[in-house]
Amino acid sequence: MDFDFAAVRNSADYLWQGFQYSLSLTAFATCFGILFGTLLAMARLSSIKSLNWAASAYVNLFRSIPLLLVIFWFYILVPLMTGVQVGAEKSAYLTFAIFEAAYFCEIMRAGIQSISKGQVAAGYAMGFTYGQNMRYVILPQAFRNVVPLLLTQTIILFQDTSLVYVVGATDLLGAASKVANRDNTPIEMYVSVAIIYLVISFTLSRLVKQLHAKIAVIR
Amino acid sequence: MGHYQWNWAIVFEQVAGTKEYYYQWLITGLGWTVATALCAWVLALVLGSLVGTLRTVPNKWLASLATCYVELFRNIPLIVQLFLWFYVLPEVLPKSAGFWMKQDMPMPEFITAAIGLGLFTSARVAEQVRTGIMALSSGQKNAGLALGFTLPQAYRYVILPMAFRIVIPPMTSEFMNVFKNSAVALAIGVTELTFQMRQITGEYAPGNPIEVMTIVSVIYLILAFSVNRLMALIERRTQVPGYISGGGK
Repeated sequence: MDFDFAAVRNSADYLWQGFQYSLSLTAFATCFGILFGTLLAMARLSSIKSLNWAASAYVNLFRSIPLLLVIFWFYILVPLMTGVQVGAEKSAYLTFAIFEAAYFCEIMRAGIQSISKGQVAAGYAMGFTYGQNMRYVILPQAFRNVVPLLLTQTIILFQDTSLVYVVGATDLLGAASKVANRDNTPIEMYVSVAIIYLVISFTLSRLVKQLHAKIAVIR
Repeated sequence: MGHYQWNWAIVFEQVAGTKEYYYQWLITGLGWTVATALCAWVLALVLGSLVGTLRTVPNKWLASLATCYVELFRNIPLIVQLFLWFYVLPEVLPKSAGFWMKQDMPMPEFITAAIGLGLFTSARVAEQVRTGIMALSSGQKNAGLALGFTLPQAYRYVILPMAFRIVIPPMTSEFMNVFKNSAVALAIGVTELTFQMRQITGEYAPGNPIEVMTIVSVIYLILAFSVNRLMALIERRTQVPGYISGGGK
């Protein structure tokens, strides 16, 4: 049993490219997911019945089916709808943004609901419109209350991006698996990938925990 | 999209070159999905309860060992963990054991997936159990000890019965997650529901992916809904009168 971790060093450039893709997918899905998730949360809490219903259906649908299935959905659907072969890498951006929005919605909803009724009423009493009230009173506080939850979800999202491997995208795992097959080095490659994910996710979750403690003190 | 030939009857058609029908493939897939998820769930419940309990015991060594366990299984993506169990473990074990795993172990994909998913989920279950235990007032434990219970007895008869009731709602979502996560087992070749879907839409009936994917999605929705109802039933049945309200009722 010999381990040849030089194999990892030799393919570092390729792995780095895959890793960069994982990061950019995470960043895009987080930004879009929070944006769209916030709008969804506002819709879920809205007094307009149809809007409320549509947002609930969206969230419950995506929270009930496996991410892997959604990845296949978009991988097949996007070329069918647009007629363009966009490839696994590009369709994954759309998949993760739309899928994660459902999860971010639930977090933002909890955040908005954590704001006391008095604050909302005070905003209206000042003459704010609904939009102004959201923009200046509710959302800034709601957002701050759920920052740790949003960051935790981002760490989960970062780990979930490894699933794009199944449609052949070259993320960190995809790159490692291609090298593993080429050089017949599955042990070195998969152990390295596991360590990279472990170190990053562990470190980030520790930082989130510290941030959480800090925010709790301020409040 | 204009020239998409809709054919919802596709699942009742015969697979070219075989005596089987597509719906039979989907049913087989559903069977493997349920089997993988349930086996993993049992393992996760047992290990997760044990580890979650250990995280709260006074013994520093045991508690930090349990913390390491949770952090390890929580911070590596499931698909990577399955690859480690399936491709790496047989190579790093002693020769004979590794050989057995590769050659003689029955249903290697299924067993690896069930155990891998079970260990992955056990870390999440452990976190929920720990949260449940921490949510109890320390007076409960002390009352148990004051009655002359040993620490294990206090856990067995006082703390855990209450803690498990508290964590039923978060456990519901973990139980639903285990079904969803079982789809990842396709990466090591378990022929579960999503695997069958990929096979049908990929090679056999590439003309009708939307119908097949819709049907499979509906099956997952039904699974999630059933789990949700089952857990709600358990929550009502195990309710302690006048103590923990059954979901705000």
